[in-house]
Amino acid sequence: MMTDLLITIVKILVVFGVYLTMVAYLSLVERRVSAFIQDRRGPNRVGPFGLLQPLADGLKFMFKEDLIPHYVNRPVYLLAPLVALVPAFITMAVIPFGNTLPLFGRDIPLVIANVNIGFLYIFALTSMGVYGVVLAGWSSNSKYSLIGGLRASAQMISYELSLGLAAVGVLIVAGSLRLPDIVAAQSGLRWNFWMQPLGFIIFLIAVFAETNRLPFDLPEAEPELVGGYHTEYSSMKFAMFFMAEYANMLTASAVVVSLYLGGWQVPYLEQAGLPPLLLSLAQVLAFVLKVGVMLFFFVWVRWTLPRFRYDQLMRLGWKITLPLAILNIFYSGYLVVAKWV
Amino acid sequence: MSFTVPLSWYLVLSAIVFSIGVAGVLLRRNALVIFMCIEIMLSGVNLSFIAFSRFLHSMSGQIFFFFVMTVAAAEVAVGLAIILTIFRSRESVDVDEVNLLRG
Amino acid sequence: MFVILAVILVGASLMVVAQRNPVYSALFLILAFLGLAGQFVLLQAQIIAVLQVLVYAGAIMVLFLFVVMLLNVRDRQAPEAKLRWQKLFGLILTIILFGLVAVTVAGEVRLGPQGEFTPQRLAELGNAQVFGKLLFTDFLFLFEATSVLLLVAMIGAMVLARRRPLGASSPPPAASSRAD
Repeated sequence: MMTDLLITIVKILVVFGVYLTMVAYLSLVERRVSAFIQDRRGPNRVGPFGLLQPLADGLKFMFKEDLIPHYVNRPVYLLAPLVALVPAFITMAVIPFGNTLPLFGRDIPLVIANVNIGFLYIFALTSMGVYGVVLAGWSSNSKYSLIGGLRASAQMISYELSLGLAAVGVLIVAGSLRLPDIVAAQSGLRWNFWMQPLGFIIFLIAVFAETNRLPFDLPEAEPELVGGYHTEYSSMKFAMFFMAEYANMLTASAVVVSLYLGGWQVPYLEQAGLPPLLLSLAQVLAFVLKVGVMLFFFVWVRWTLPRFRYDQLMRLGWKITLPLAILNIFYSGYLVVAKWV
Repeated sequence: MSFTVPLSWYLVLSAIVFSIGVAGVLLRRNALVIFMCIEIMLSGVNLSFIAFSRFLHSMSGQIFFFFVMTVAAAEVAVGLAIILTIFRSRESVDVDEVNLLRG
Repeated sequence: MFVILAVILVGASLMVVAQRNPVYSALFLILAFLGLAGQFVLLQAQIIAVLQVLVYAGAIMVLFLFVVMLLNVRDRQAPEAKLRWQKLFGLILTIILFGLVAVTVAGEVRLGPQGEFTPQRLAELGNAQVFGKLLFTDFLFLFEATSVLLLVAMIGAMVLARRRPLGASSPPPAASSRAD
């Protein structure tokens, strides 16, 4: 009992530590990759290859003056950054980042909480993530923020439908709401990425919209809305929104990898005859690598595609991705009935 | 958990929540808040549904919750649309000012 | 845990009623819903808890907040003279109602015959699996009926919230004068 608790605490600490580090370095990756795409150099002065840049950024944010405008709605204004940040963090609890780790004669499952409704848990938390943006927009008492917040809420509700319906296909195939089961169902080459390309694309579009990344970053479209919902925020509170964006990206990548890219699975690695410890470490590494590829994809898309107009965004959400997602459900049902999976 | 909460505690809690909802409907004048209080009343009822479901070892309560939730969602959609139209014609959501049968 | 969650639930519900600003009311209602979801987890109805968060806190309340912010109603100091006694009567009636319900409920509760889904069995089968199986077998007709209800509600909401009546190509003068 005590050791179980201890193991869970260690897992939480390790995952949280790795997660925060990745969130911090994601900002650097984004700047370096964008520089690469635009044929620039990007931040490379602080430390070797600019590797200490996130530290410098963090320090800078901390020492900036924390300005709270007098016209804001204070309690809600202070609450909003927290609400934006927390859901992304606690979603990680149900993501399996490996199979089991045989250590000291025990098999430690490499997931913090294997709950039987893990999948719905992710969606519940995603839907809570809207509030951070909406509350920030409303409490700032500024028209740019309010418009940004309202846009965000409409956009996120609309795309949540496509997100959920696209993922129903995965559920039908896996037959379980547990994420480790969903990953286990994608053994060998049967990744959902190959089995359901349509669902994958819809899910990806919806994820971009949910994380407010370009080409769907209308809530913070700077040419029209200054900064969108975080216009009135400064110092650490702005940093928290900034972190929330990258944390959401990281969590979303982990979810996409678990649902569609086979999670920690490497095809046919089990048959290679590796010692168990090495095998599970290799699988964890594979998971991290896949998430890394997804993150690179996120950044790549951001610096490649222009922003949508708002009516285009809504039309894409309701008239294209939603019907296609429903079509995908029928297709997945056919897959199961025809015993292709 | 060694200590299990008896059913009656859940029912009393449900009664408290329901009564708060009733009080809100009776006391408040803002149509939006009245609407929220109706949601509170539904929540109170839901709590006793789930509690009964747990103590009777039956799933019917949970199924019922599902239907209550669906009806609540439908009701909110229509209700908010009505409030929106009222606001458009009167620029107020005070229920005391909505006293004409013809707008 | 029960007591903590109950205090959150009751406190937040009270604040919904007590707050003047509808946005605060909505926020406290979200808190109340989260407390209620916690209660559901304690009652081993995980799927219900998640549905509670997903649908009530996640979807319905966003809709509420959206409308509240869109209308941005300032609670004006309304002339209360018209209904001076209403508050008092409302409070008294509520307390009487609560008393009646609580007396009925607080005593010895005699339960009817127990069903087949004991907590152990539920944990074995998985709450979500049992829930889904029942929903799509025994309660299939009701399930379909609710889908029709939702469709009707959706169409109704769209018709009501339209700026101009159906079929009118140009906005009638009465509507356009108030258009914002």
